[in-house]
Amino acid sequence: MNYFPDEVIEHVFDFVTSQRDRNAISLVCKSWYKIERYSRQRVFIGNCYAINPERLLGRFPCLRSLTLKGKPHFADFNLVPHEWGGFVQPWIEALARSRLGLEELRLKRMVVTDVSLELLSRSFPNFKSLVLVSCEGFTTDGLASIAANCRHLRDLDLQENEIDDHRGQWLSCFPDTCTTLVTLNFACLEGETNLVALERLVARSPNLKSLKLNRAVPLDALARLMVCAPQIVDLGVGSYENDPDSESYLKLQAAIKKCTSLKRLSGFLEASPHCLSAFHPICHNLTSLNLSYAAEIHGSHLIKLIQHCKKLQRLWILDSIGDKGLAVVASTCKELQELRVFPTDLLGGGNTAVTEDGLVAISAGCPKLHSILYFCQQMTNAALITVAKNCPNFIRFRLCILEPNKPDHVTSQPLDEGFGAIVQACKNLRRLSLSGLLTDQVFQYIGMYATQLEMLSIAFAGDTDKGMLYVLNGCKKMRKLEIRDSPFGDTALLADVNKYQTMRSLWMSSCEVTLGGCKRLAQKAPWLNVEIINENDNNRMEENGHEGRQKVDKLYLYRTVVGTRTDAPPFVWIL
Amino acid sequence: MDEFANLKETELRLGLPGTDNVSEERERVSSCNKRASPSDTENEIESSTRKTETSPPRKAQIVGWPPVRSYRKNIIETKKNESDHEGQGIYVKVSMDGAPYLRKIDLSCYQRYSELLKALEMMFKFSVGEYFEREGYKGSDFVPTYEDKDGDWMLIGDVPWEMFVCTCKRLRIMKGSEAKGLGCVV
Repeated sequence: MNYFPDEVIEHVFDFVTSQRDRNAISLVCKSWYKIERYSRQRVFIGNCYAINPERLLGRFPCLRSLTLKGKPHFADFNLVPHEWGGFVQPWIEALARSRLGLEELRLKRMVVTDVSLELLSRSFPNFKSLVLVSCEGFTTDGLASIAANCRHLRDLDLQENEIDDHRGQWLSCFPDTCTTLVTLNFACLEGETNLVALERLVARSPNLKSLKLNRAVPLDALARLMVCAPQIVDLGVGSYENDPDSESYLKLQAAIKKCTSLKRLSGFLEASPHCLSAFHPICHNLTSLNLSYAAEIHGSHLIKLIQHCKKLQRLWILDSIGDKGLAVVASTCKELQELRVFPTDLLGGGNTAVTEDGLVAISAGCPKLHSILYFCQQMTNAALITVAKNCPNFIRFRLCILEPNKPDHVTSQPLDEGFGAIVQACKNLRRLSLSGLLTDQVFQYIGMYATQLEMLSIAFAGDTDKGMLYVLNGCKKMRKLEIRDSPFGDTALLADVNKYQTMRSLWMSSCEVTLGGCKRLAQKAPWLNVEIINENDNNRMEENGHEGRQKVDKLYLYRTVVGTRTDAPPFVWIL
Repeated sequence: MDEFANLKETELRLGLPGTDNVSEERERVSSCNKRASPSDTENEIESSTRKTETSPPRKAQIVGWPPVRSYRKNIIETKKNESDHEGQGIYVKVSMDGAPYLRKIDLSCYQRYSELLKALEMMFKFSVGEYFEREGYKGSDFVPTYEDKDGDWMLIGDVPWEMFVCTCKRLRIMKGSEAKGLGCVV
C-alpha cells in the first residue's frame, strides 16, 4: 500500500464504512492513521462523556455526521434522574465554533434545548438530517427554528421524545422553498397539528419517503396526505378512528391502494379496530409492521391483518395478539427477522396473554428470526431449550417475565438451564436480557458460552459475587453490563479493574456494592469515571466513619479519556 | 385457629356465601381495570394456607419494572384511563343458585372467557371446572350459563367472545342437578 499515493488509499478507505473497521485501519501505521482521520465523515460516540468535542474535532476535522448517546440505558425506565446529564449544548457550541460542515446529527437519551436547536439550525448551512431518540428538554419552538433555518433539510425524525408542545406553528415554519424532505416523523408530539401546513408541506416534498403522524392527524387528513404522497415507503398513522361508512374512509381505501411502495407501517396511536381492512391490499408488500401502540385493536383484527403480510421482516406488537396470534405469525411470516411483543398489562395481573407456547411457535416457524424482545407472564426451561434448538441464529435475545424471580411454572426450577441452552446454541449472541428466577449457574453458562456477548441486562438474579465474576471473566467482548437488584458486591466489582477498560460502561443499582468499594475502584482506575447517584438527601454519603460499609444505591462507571465531567448535578458524586 | 374458623361458619352475616369481607370484595371486582388480582403463584400459596380469607393485597409497584420505556408506559396508562371513563360499559346481572341476592358485572372489562370466568369465580367464591367443546364444564357442580337475546339459556363459552358480549342479557351460575341437563359432566 506504500506504493500508492494518498488519494488512492483514501479512495479505498471510502469503501470502508463501519466505524469498527475504520478504527482498525487507523491502527495499521501512522500514514494510514493520518489518511483515515482526514477522510472520516461519520463518527459514533456511544457515551458522550467518554470524550469531549475538542478532542473529537482535533482528530476528525472533516466530520459530517455525528451520533451521540447520553444517559445510560436504564434511564429509559426512570432509574436515572432527569438532571443527571447528557447535555448536547457544549457539543453544538464546539462544532459551531469550528465551522464544521456538519450535515447529520443523531442523538439518543440526551438533553436538548431550544437554544441548542436554534444554534444548530443557524450554524451549519449544509445541515440535512436530525434524528432525536428518547431525548428531552425542548419544545416545538426548537423545531420551528430547525424548520425555518435548515434550507436543505432532508430528515426530521423524532422518536419517542418528551417534547413540550406549545401548539405553535412549527410546521408552517418550513419555507415554501423547502422541497427536500425525505423523512418527517413527529408522532411523539402531543398537541394539535396545523393540518393545512402539513398537507402543503407534504404536497411540495416529492422525495418524501417516510411520514409519521401524531395522534392529532385525523383520518380524513390521512387520506388527503396519502393522495399527495403515493410514493411513501414508511407510514405512521396518527389517529385511526373512523366510520366504515364515511366518505373519508372510502377515500382512504382508494388512496392506500395507490401506495404501492409502502413497506413499513406503524402508529395507530388512537384506533378503532374495525377498519384495519383498508390496509389489506398493501399488506403483501409490508416488511415492517409496528402496532405496539394500538391497545384498542383486538387480537382477532391483528391476526386478520397479519395473515396478509407474508413478507414481514419486522413485527412489533402487543401481547393481546395471544399465543394463537403468534401461531398465525409463525405460519405466515416466514421472512420474519425481528419480533417484539410488548405487555398491555404492566402490573402482570395474572392474565396469560402470551406464554412460552407463543415463543416456541415463533421459533419453530420463522427460520430467519435473529432478534426478539418478549414480555410474558410465564416461561419454562423446556420451552427455552426448544427455542434454542429451533433458532441458533439469535443475535439479540431479550426475555422479560413480568414477575421478578418467577421460576419455571411447571417444574418450579430456576430458569438457568433454559437460558443456558440459549447461550450455548446461539454462538452469535450479542445482546441478552434475563428475567425470572436465576441462580449463579446461569452466569456460569453465560461466561462459558456467550463469547460474542456485548450487552447483558440483569435484574433480580444471582446468588453471590460468583455470578458477576463468571460474566466479567468469561465474556471477553462485553461492552455494556447493567445490573439491578442482584446480590453482587465489592468482591465482584474489584476483582478485575482492567476489565472496565474494555467496556463502555457498567451500571449497578440496588446491589451490594459499598461506598468503600467504589472508592477503592476509583483509586485503582483513574481512567474511569465512577459515579454514585444518590437522590435521597437524607441519606447523604458520609465522608468518614462507617462509609466503608454503606451501600451504594446507584453506581454508574464508564471509561473516559477526558476525566471527570464538570456538569454533574449535586446528587451525582464522582469519585 | 380451627375453633374460630368453625364459629365463623355459623355466624349470621350479610355477606355472600364464601366471602369474609364484603366491602373489599366489591372494591376488587369493580376496579376491574386496575388489576387488583394477584399473580398465579401467589394465589397457589395463599389458597393452600388460608382458604377463607380474601386474596392478598396488590403487589407494590417496583420502580422501573417492568422495563418498558416511559413513553410507552404513558400511552398504555392513558388508554386505560380513557377507557375507564369512556362509555357506560355492558352491565349484566349475575345470579348464582343459592345466593341471597344478585350481582352486576361489566362485560366490557374483559377480553376473553377466561377473564370473565375468573372474575365470576372470585366474585362468588366457587370454581367452574374445565371447559370442553363437546362436553361442557367438567369437574365442578357449578355451570356458568347466560340468557341470550332470544331468551334461551346457553352455556358460556360456546360462541366467539364478541358474539357472546353482544347477545348476552344476563348470567346465571347453575348448581347441582339443574346444571346436569345443560351439559355438566361430573
